[in-house]
Amino acid sequence: MFYRETGQFKTSYAADQQIFPIRQDRIGIGILLFVAFVVIPLTAGNYWFNAILIPFLIFALAALGLNILTGYAGQLSLGSAAFMAVGAYAAYNFQVRIEGMPVLLSFVLAGLTAAGVGILFGLPSLRIKGFYLAVATLAAQFFIVWCLTKFPYLSNNSSSGVISVPGVEILGFRFDSPQSRYLLVLTIVALLALAAKNMVRSTTGRAWMAVRDMDVAAEVIGIRLMRTKLLAFAVSSFYCGVAGALYAFCYLGSVEPDGFSLDLSFKILFMIIVGGVGSILGSFLGAAFILLVPIFLDIALPWFSELLHLPFDGATVSHIQLMVFGALIMFFLIVEPHGLARLWQIGKEKLRLWPFPH
Amino acid sequence: MARQIGDVILDLRNISLSFGGVKALTDISFDVREHEIRAIIGPNGAGKSSMLNVINGVYRPQQGEIIFRGQHRRDMDTHEAAAAGFARTFQNIALFKGMTVLDNLMTGRNLKMRCNFLQHALWWGPAKREELEHRRKVEEIIDFLEIEHIRKTPVGRLPYGLQKRVELGRALAAEPQILLLDEPMAGMNVEEKQDMCRFILDVNDQLGTTIVLIEHDMGVVMDISDRVVVLDYGRKIGDGVPDEVKNNPEVIAAYLGTQH
Ligand SMILES: Nc1ncnc2c1ncn2[C@@H]1O[C@H](COP(=O)(O)OP(=O)(O)OP(=O)(O)O)[C@@H](O)[C@H]1O
Ligand SMILES: [Mg+2]
Repeated sequence: MFYRETGQFKTSYAADQQIFPIRQDRIGIGILLFVAFVVIPLTAGNYWFNAILIPFLIFALAALGLNILTGYAGQLSLGSAAFMAVGAYAAYNFQVRIEGMPVLLSFVLAGLTAAGVGILFGLPSLRIKGFYLAVATLAAQFFIVWCLTKFPYLSNNSSSGVISVPGVEILGFRFDSPQSRYLLVLTIVALLALAAKNMVRSTTGRAWMAVRDMDVAAEVIGIRLMRTKLLAFAVSSFYCGVAGALYAFCYLGSVEPDGFSLDLSFKILFMIIVGGVGSILGSFLGAAFILLVPIFLDIALPWFSELLHLPFDGATVSHIQLMVFGALIMFFLIVEPHGLARLWQIGKEKLRLWPFPH
Repeated sequence: MARQIGDVILDLRNISLSFGGVKALTDISFDVREHEIRAIIGPNGAGKSSMLNVINGVYRPQQGEIIFRGQHRRDMDTHEAAAAGFARTFQNIALFKGMTVLDNLMTGRNLKMRCNFLQHALWWGPAKREELEHRRKVEEIIDFLEIEHIRKTPVGRLPYGLQKRVELGRALAAEPQILLLDEPMAGMNVEEKQDMCRFILDVNDQLGTTIVLIEHDMGVVMDISDRVVVLDYGRKIGDGVPDEVKNNPEVIAAYLGTQH
């Protein structure tokens, strides 16, 4: 099958403004959704749900949140994990403190709480940029984790801030099986990804990108910098907050403040660097990549060690993982700053010309 | 030309602006009439760009008064200026480099759009309707500027001359009443300059847009502008129709003294 838009003339601007203007792309995304919603739930085993698919979706959502802030609005943040923590703890508190609170509503409220905290820590962005802003968000990272450890109220007086979340139940249905939790997470992530795509292709997203690319010019054409930047912080933190709530409720079941450390923030940052800064698709590709590389190395390295007759112990394996990671990050920063999403696009452009190379 | 030059809509009185010790503008007064093409000329560093920056609020003058459509103010607020109908281009192109031509132009219309981010997130309904409506307007500008072939290209990849044209397009997208152009033809070849002249004249003629223009090419300035202000070292040394200014001894001295 040829991949090209030839013969698919757009007869209206409406047709041109679709998310996937090329028919093959629409078919592709249809197949992808079918696989994700129907084939995988019918075929995948528990290991896949628990260890790969659910964390992949949750991290993709967090990466998407960071991408809105950093990739689209150009505000570098090292606090994504802290905003996830706010979401996780907020959802927990809403659940345990308010009798009969619907779990979905507590996810939404968790997102809103994170958005509020995000706006607060976004205020410095009105005065400072780039590296200095990153340092300010670093303060958010440490301050929030410190608060969650320091104030027992936030974890309902559990020791050292560890919380064990109640099971998820919606309209009497209990989401106990990994498969059902996967479907719940998938639905939420798919809807939020669609909303993000819609935002970035309309005035909201263009204002973010305008502020990112040239803030003086943005101001001169009437974009309000403060409102635009704070909205980016709010929406981004909302996404990270919901991701955090899902992380606690649908993935781990029990979390502690230290689980949302700077390491995790960096991991999410790496996801968007590898996947593609300023790309929705890139957030997913990056999350998949960063999660799968260690798993792949876990399997591949012992195999290599046998092949080469070199004894690799556990420590060596984790060292090699770190080295491979570092090398990949450097590769993407230097060679392809737009990440996997850009490589995918280049691939598609090549395919459009195939089989004629010019 | 069919257009009628109207009354004064923008009156600048005794504007002074300095940066630390550097006096960029000293006690400058001049006015702009509706529908006219008003040029600001002067040697390098004369304060021309600073003047534009004062007009739309990027810089705040230490002294002076700006009267726009009868309203007196000490200085402009950038956002207010945009809302009041000022649009501009910059001497060093200030496009949104990572965005496509189409998106740059659409961004130029942001003040005309009413939907909020929640409606955008939902897309279907008001947001989509609004997007389409403005897309139609933007396509008219794309046609007018003859840039159909590059509408989906990120502007960072375009050659300089085309970027200048896109920047004009972004300013036009706002449907401004006053267009401030800072050296729109700098660095262009003869053909590109001719195109740009044509666009500027057409905008002025067909839409009635008032234009304040900074330009170094004297041929162009004398050809297209109705009245010219001459600045030198932050002072006004001449003001009038092109012929008057051309024969002003102080202006000739300023130009002979510094360059040409
Ligand atoms: N933001 C600023 N900070 C400090 N000094 C400035 C600033 N902007 C302008 N100046 C100074 O003000 C004076 C006038 O500069 P301006 O850019 O207005 O000149 P110009 O007439 O546009 O020159 P050119 O033809 O080179 O564009 C110069 O001495 C310049 O150094
Ligand atoms: Mg200048």
